[in-house]
Amino acid sequence: MNVRLKIWRQKSRKDEGRFVDYEVKNVSPDASFLEMLDILNVELVKKGEDPVAFDHDCREGICGSCGIVINGRAHGSGRGTATCELRMRLFQDGDTIVAEPWRAKPFPVIKDLVVDRTALDRIMQAGGYISAKTGAIPEANSIPVPKPLAEEAMDAAACIGCGACVAACPNSSAMLFVAAKVSHFALLPQGEPERKERALRMVEQMDKEGFGNCSNNYACEAECPKKISVVHIARLNREFIKAELE
Amino acid sequence: MKLNAKIPQGQIEKKWDTDRFQLKLVNPSNKRKYTIIIIGTGLAGASAASSLGELGYNVLTFSYHESPRRAHSIAAQGGINAPKNYSNDGDSIWRLFYDTVKGGDYRSREANVYRLSQVSNNIIDQCVAQGVPFARDYAGYLDNRSFGGAQVSRTFYARGQTGQQLLLGAYSALGRQLKAGSVKFFPRREMLDLVLDDGQARGIICRNLATGEIEAYEGHAVVLATGGYGNVFYLSTNAKASNATAIWRAYKKGAAFANPCFTQIHPTCIPQSGDYQSKLTLMSESLRNDGRIWVPKKKEDTRKPQEIPEEERDYYLERMYPSFGNLVPRDVASRRAKEMCDNGFGVGATGRAVYLDFADSIKRLGRHVIEERYGNLFDMYHEITAEDPYKGPMRIYPAVHYTMGGLWVDYNLMSTIPGMYVIGEANFSDHGANRLGASALMQGLADGYFILPYTIGDYLASTKFKAVKTEDAAFKEAQSAIDGMVKKFMSMNGKKTVEEFHRELGKIMWENVGMGRNRGGLKKALAEIPKLRTEFWQNVKLVGGAHELNSELERAGRVADYLELGELMAHDALHREESCGGHFREEHQTEEGEAKRNDAKFSYVAAWEFRGVGKPPLLNKERLEFEYVKPTQRSYK
Repeated sequence: MNVRLKIWRQKSRKDEGRFVDYEVKNVSPDASFLEMLDILNVELVKKGEDPVAFDHDCREGICGSCGIVINGRAHGSGRGTATCELRMRLFQDGDTIVAEPWRAKPFPVIKDLVVDRTALDRIMQAGGYISAKTGAIPEANSIPVPKPLAEEAMDAAACIGCGACVAACPNSSAMLFVAAKVSHFALLPQGEPERKERALRMVEQMDKEGFGNCSNNYACEAECPKKISVVHIARLNREFIKAELE
Repeated sequence: MKLNAKIPQGQIEKKWDTDRFQLKLVNPSNKRKYTIIIIGTGLAGASAASSLGELGYNVLTFSYHESPRRAHSIAAQGGINAPKNYSNDGDSIWRLFYDTVKGGDYRSREANVYRLSQVSNNIIDQCVAQGVPFARDYAGYLDNRSFGGAQVSRTFYARGQTGQQLLLGAYSALGRQLKAGSVKFFPRREMLDLVLDDGQARGIICRNLATGEIEAYEGHAVVLATGGYGNVFYLSTNAKASNATAIWRAYKKGAAFANPCFTQIHPTCIPQSGDYQSKLTLMSESLRNDGRIWVPKKKEDTRKPQEIPEEERDYYLERMYPSFGNLVPRDVASRRAKEMCDNGFGVGATGRAVYLDFADSIKRLGRHVIEERYGNLFDMYHEITAEDPYKGPMRIYPAVHYTMGGLWVDYNLMSTIPGMYVIGEANFSDHGANRLGASALMQGLADGYFILPYTIGDYLASTKFKAVKTEDAAFKEAQSAIDGMVKKFMSMNGKKTVEEFHRELGKIMWENVGMGRNRGGLKKALAEIPKLRTEFWQNVKLVGGAHELNSELERAGRVADYLELGELMAHDALHREESCGGHFREEHQTEEGEAKRNDAKFSYVAAWEFRGVGKPPLLNKERLEFEYVKPTQRSYK
């Protein structure tokens, strides 16, 4: 199949950036979206042009490196898939595809489709952990966890930290990201001792980084490659309010 | 070069205790005076950095990723072993030790493997305390599943995302130290050289991938936790950026490289479908718990799998290995799949695939149970192939997955360069010639949480350090050498892309140094690789600038290293005139087609020493003694 592309090109953080048109021919429908970009890049290099920069690594939807807004949707139109899992068979022959970076103030563009997401790491460092020192720990089975809680905690813990929730949100809110971690630990007995501090500190850092607030748009859940539910945002709100009141 | 493995004296059960007692300690208030540089933030690197930071050392940690959480450990699916015996099926530290030595086809160090088995129980405790959401039973206790090469259920798991959850655990522990300030993280930095002073590892040179700046950092010890080198084959299950550059540049600075030819080909991957393909996708080995592997009994049978009646199917692993069945070790399962396809029984459009069938399990357990156990893997398969594995069998084929070989380390995980430690997949230590499933996560975390934090202190406490600065000549020289290399790359205006060279090398490697190896093929590889390397340095084409994010330049350096490493692998495979584990020399097999070892001649670790690019490396041998697990012909029948 043949596709036309409109790709956001931006040389550096300071550069203004613009869309540039490309064409890629004879792409297998079984190829992934990123493999289609690989083909384009080989052609660009051969012509002596700068290839399109994009973040990627595992190419199986778990490392969270990739993230492109495709035709206006974070990670494209696939449900529950990251950009790297998107296959060309989801497009039609002759389609024009628009590819742009995550757009949010806390995610400045480094180059083309690559953005700086270190803000998410800083939120995690503010409280996204249980302070268990190496070695100072009880035997594993001395902390039983009811199966339904363990399963729900796992649903939340599945977050890959890609930032699609932020890119999809009209407010650039990171609530789903923060909620996933707060929820994961709030559901487990191990998370209990630092429960309040965690919710307060992570939300505080989120605000400090310039992410917006949640206005129940639910675009985050719709675009999340791990289908993380907004129910966790409701839990984050409860955790935060409880912690603030005490 | 003299190899001293420093294995403690005494009974195997006591060796680690003895070692820990003999290791010198660093006084708590002195720890902050020592700077430890750690490269890589996967399971091994992140667990080491957080543990050393907690102890009070000054830790600098580096990754080519922007965030520590992107490391490729995240992609491990199936699980992590520990002999807790929660399943009450007769497991013990001794049994895990035995299974691992046997699974590695008697090419690992007994003392290391025993220690790994000992500390593995602590890892589960540690991860549970960190909030890793392992699978649980209805009583709320931890659940286990089975993996290849073992007859007990000892694998702990978090759905099909165990690596992700363990890495996020280590990442959170690291995050706590980053906030505390004991660890400093440098994102988007690729280590390009090791700096020695008086023969000691004292620092690194790296490139800031976002700005292109060449930077130098000094410390008292350097730890490489940079993973394996499977991407030398181009197509592998490794992440795209996983590379050998850090260990290879250290090798060129004097670290011995052990058993480079020991690579693992994983049996359950999604088959290749076209030339555009950029990587292969692994499906967890845990699928072999409930999936049955088969091919049609008739050659080149083009019927749909559902149309092939039961009696016309060959469940070849169950037939050949009645006691282990579909759960034979990876090397055996991979080789048999290749053999079936070579003999014309392969399925799918290319004939390079076998079926992995869940129909019986779905009938027996119900779809919901299979969904709970493997839901994400089934989704992934569906996504990639557009076929629904709940309705028909999966098609699978082996792919390069893990490298057992790596930099040589002693019992304390120190390489042949004083002050340089190597942990996780980057070292050669524990898996011999074949790694059992769910053991990589175990080794990475054992090294990082429970071994390195003790052993590195001994070196720091017993070594006299000269003050060094990054302005010193040793750093300046290394820095200008890297500058020169970057300039050389940027001035090259050939005709072929880095990608094209990498693919060509991968093809040579897969065909000649892959699943089946023979003298003729290896000699061919040894002739073709240097030719390709010469062409690379004359005809590669690079674009963009040196002082910006330039993925072509990043890859050029990595491929340049693969073009040397591939040759060493072929060299090692040619010299090892025996078959063992993942190293299958077609000239050396039993009548039944199993790997035939030659213990009298090859019961050693081959530790290669660099002598110059294109020059034959020097072989050093560390003899392996088996006091507790007597080497026999491995049998999984």
